[in-house]
Amino acid sequence: MQNIGIEQISLAVGFILLLLGIWGMISQKNILKIIVSFTIFETGINVILVAIGYIRNKTAPILDSPELQTDTAEKIVDPLPQALVLTSIVIGLGVTALLLVYALKMYKQKKTLLINDYKDTKW
Amino acid sequence: MLRNSLLILLILGLAAIMYNLYAEFTPKEKLGFVAEHYANNGKDEVGAANLVTAVVVTYRGLDTLGEVSILFLTAAIIGFFLKTKSSNNHALPKVKRYSEILGTGAKILVPIIVLLGTYVFINGHLTPGGGFQGGAIIASAFVLMLIALPRPAINHRVLSIIESLSGVSFVIIGLLGIVLAGGFLDNQIIGLGTFGTILSAGTVPIIYILVGLKVGTELTGIIRNLKEIQNEE
Repeated sequence: MQNIGIEQISLAVGFILLLLGIWGMISQKNILKIIVSFTIFETGINVILVAIGYIRNKTAPILDSPELQTDTAEKIVDPLPQALVLTSIVIGLGVTALLLVYALKMYKQKKTLLINDYKDTKW
Repeated sequence: MLRNSLLILLILGLAAIMYNLYAEFTPKEKLGFVAEHYANNGKDEVGAANLVTAVVVTYRGLDTLGEVSILFLTAAIIGFFLKTKSSNNHALPKVKRYSEILGTGAKILVPIIVLLGTYVFINGHLTPGGGFQGGAIIASAFVLMLIALPRPAINHRVLSIIESLSGVSFVIIGLLGIVLAGGFLDNQIIGLGTFGTILSAGTVPIIYILVGLKVGTELTGIIRNLKEIQNEE
C-alpha cells in the first residue's frame, strides 16, 4: 500500500459508487430513486473503467504537440477504455431515458410512484 | 427486519469481493498489445490527432454504428410509448406565463450554445470532444428553448429528416469504405490530409458531424415528446 496514486483513489471511488447504487436499487421504494441509483451504479462502472486505463506519469491520448508524435506508446495513457466508456455513457443515457418514460407510463396508470403499489407482476 | 439484514449481508459480501479486487489491483506500467498498436500506428493509419476518436470512429467504427442504432431505437420506443391520440388535433395547449428573464436569456443563449456544440463535433478529431458530446450540447440548447419559450419553433418534420439523412449517410460512408478502401468504415476513401489540421483524418470529421447531428436531433426529439405529453394534461 505504498504511495497511493490517483488510479487507486478513482478505483476506490468507483467501487463505492457501485455499492451505493446496488444498495439504492434494492432498498428504495420510490421508482425515481431506483432510477437515480441505477445511474449512480453506471457512473461507478465508468469510473472503474477509466481508472484501469490510467498509467502513471503519462498524458492524454491527444497528439497535439510534436514531441508526442514519436514513440507515442511510451507517452500516453490507454485510449481503449476511454473509447469504451464513451460508448457506455451514451448507451446509459438511452437506458435512463427509457426507464424514465416507463416510470411516467406507470405513474399515469396508477398515480403512484411507490414500487410496493405495483403487485401485478409479483408471483 | 429480515429484509434489511439480508440487504446488509449482501452489501457486505459485495464490499468484501470489491475490496479484494481493489487490494490486488496493480497499476499498469505500459500499454496493452492492442492499445500499443493504436498508439504507434494511429497517426499514419487514421491521421486523427485525438486517438480516442481514431478508436471510436475507425478502429471500432462498427461499435459506434451499433451505439447510434441503440440511441435511435431508444428514441423510437419512446416516441411509440408517448404517442398521443390528439397529436394531429391542433388545439393549442394552455400556455403558462414564462418569466421574462428566462425567455430573453434563452433567446440570447440558444444560438451560442448551438455554435459551441457545432465547434465541439467539428473538432472531434483534434481536441477532446466529438459527435456524441457536441450532439448532447446542441440538444441542451433545444431543452432550454423548450422550457423557456411558450411555443418554441421546433419543426418535428425537419428534425426527423435531418436524423434519418445523417443515419443513412453514416452507413453509406461505411459501405463506400468496402468499395474504395480497405473495408467497412475505412476512413481513407478520401485523402488523409495534413495531420493536425481540421481537414485531416479522411472521413472521420464527416462521420462525427453526421453523428453530432443525429444525436442532437434524436435527444431533442425525446425531450420534445416528453414535453408534448406534459402539455396535454
